[in-house]
Amino acid sequence: MTASSGALGAPGGSVPASATPPIVLAIADQRQRQRRRFRLIFIATWFVVIGGALLGLVAGGKIDFAFMGEWTPYIIGGVTTTIYVAVISIAIAIVFAVFGALGRLSSNSILYSLSTLYVSMVRGTPLLVQILFIYLALPQIVPFVNDVPKEVLGIFALSFNYGAYMTETFRAGIQAVPRGQTEAAQALGMPAQIRMRRIVLPQAVRIITPAIGNEFISMVKDSSLVSVIGVPELLWRAQRIGQSHFKGLETLIVAAGIYWGLTIMLSLVQDRLEKRMAESDRRI
Amino acid sequence: MTTNTTPDPYAAVRDEWARPGALTPTGATPIVRTLALEKYFGSNHVLRGVTLDVYPRETICLIGRSGSGKSTLLRCINFLEEPTVGAVEVDGVRVNADPLHARDRNHREQIRQIRMRAQMVFQEFNLFPHLKVIDNLIEAPVRVKGVSRDQAIATAEKYLDKVGLSEKRDEYPARLSGGQKQRVAIARALTMEPKVLLFDEPTSALDPTLVGEVLNVMEELAHEGATMIVVTHEMAFAREAADRVYFIEEGVFLEVGPPEQVIENPRDPRTREFLARTLGAAHVHQGGAIHEPERGAAHLHGEGPAHGRDDHGDHDDRPLSGHADMGHIEGRDHL
Repeated sequence: MTASSGALGAPGGSVPASATPPIVLAIADQRQRQRRRFRLIFIATWFVVIGGALLGLVAGGKIDFAFMGEWTPYIIGGVTTTIYVAVISIAIAIVFAVFGALGRLSSNSILYSLSTLYVSMVRGTPLLVQILFIYLALPQIVPFVNDVPKEVLGIFALSFNYGAYMTETFRAGIQAVPRGQTEAAQALGMPAQIRMRRIVLPQAVRIITPAIGNEFISMVKDSSLVSVIGVPELLWRAQRIGQSHFKGLETLIVAAGIYWGLTIMLSLVQDRLEKRMAESDRRI
Repeated sequence: MTTNTTPDPYAAVRDEWARPGALTPTGATPIVRTLALEKYFGSNHVLRGVTLDVYPRETICLIGRSGSGKSTLLRCINFLEEPTVGAVEVDGVRVNADPLHARDRNHREQIRQIRMRAQMVFQEFNLFPHLKVIDNLIEAPVRVKGVSRDQAIATAEKYLDKVGLSEKRDEYPARLSGGQKQRVAIARALTMEPKVLLFDEPTSALDPTLVGEVLNVMEELAHEGATMIVVTHEMAFAREAADRVYFIEEGVFLEVGPPEQVIENPRDPRTREFLARTLGAAHVHQGGAIHEPERGAAHLHGEGPAHGRDDHGDHDDRPLSGHADMGHIEGRDHL
């Protein structure tokens, strides 16, 4: 076997290292060094910017690290509430979205009208207004809302809002399922309801799973809005300490840092899931 | 639906070309009928009064250029397209075209009765990608016909075996080749135990090397006495398997007859032109006769010249080992 055929990856694989021409090794080596350098500078830049900002605050005597250290565990305790509010809200939002999407695709004019009204109304008003409306305005109409726990009201507001946005996502996902799938199900004699439930929706959910991941990450951040009605989640805890000690800078830096960390972690999880799904798509 | 009080408006409508096929039991009446069927897409008149009678155990091929209405006719039979005027009858179930009441519960239930009896095989297979092969097959029998799961699995395995894909039972469709997908689609249709199979250009989406395996399965079904209506451009298949070939042009049947007439000695110049284009000009000889092109892997019944449909009596008893990959098919289908 000649050296050049070894460089081209001759079948059999176990070509002695000496068979690879030096220039090929040199190229690979250079490329690896460049990649490593790029990553190093990337991380260094983050450190310089963030570390510099913190150092500046310390040097200027603007920040009380001892106070931050003391209260960080208490603020982190709010992560549990943040996560469970987000998880339950996204789950309920999916239910709203499925019905919303079915309505938007319905040939029944009343169902279509109702779901369009829902989407338009929710998307046309700020989430904060909706949360306050449910907490402050709704009890004037139906007094029993006063007795409903704040967490439940917050979760309802979040899922009602996200359901409207995800309605459009689900509608697009359902429409992205090829027409032939419906025709095949029709030809097999399946009635509309079975067609939708067994054939179209499962494929639509697959199509929009990445989008649902993004919505969940947004939900984790937007759940901070329910702090205004007193749901004791992450931001509520930070605000409570910050306001009573006049240390808004310290507590809000901690809260922001935790949200940021959560977002990075969830994005990594999502990347993994998407990669695995892409693999199983190759299988399926 | 016709009742005792209203006279049948289609009593006099007949497919003048239809006669019982070689395998049709004596005394049998047509199992599929389209009665003066018309279809408009908007103002586009696609079917212009099509009457087709198909007897049990016949194989009918519909040929014609694209846009001639052949696929539309097939899709009207199981109401994937609602016909504009006319009626469809499958196994005694008569459904009148009723485009103004297409969404009525009653009409839809009648259509469902037709669809259970007439199963479609699509050009693009349309297998359900999120379900394993076996689940593709049993989904409709279990959910629509109310067959028990065990019974449905037994039936599905029987037909998977028939199309030679028992070992793919637990695969997902994406792991199958195009030819295997189409064979699974045929097995899915068979698992519904229909009275008639409708094939809508079943090999047109296939890589040429995979056409043969699908045609072999269809051939086998035809010779076993399945009732089939096939829209196809595979003239060799039509000649080998069809009892009658219907050449459709601009929504009407232009020329109908046994394949040796329509394909080899077409009378109408438009049929001749179509065949010349489909088979390649080289195969058209002076008398209008057309010789079978070389088909390689898709060569239908092993060696030798193509057989006419008349010698089917012999075919039924032929040793099946002649079909290398279909050797395990046994017995006649009940279709």
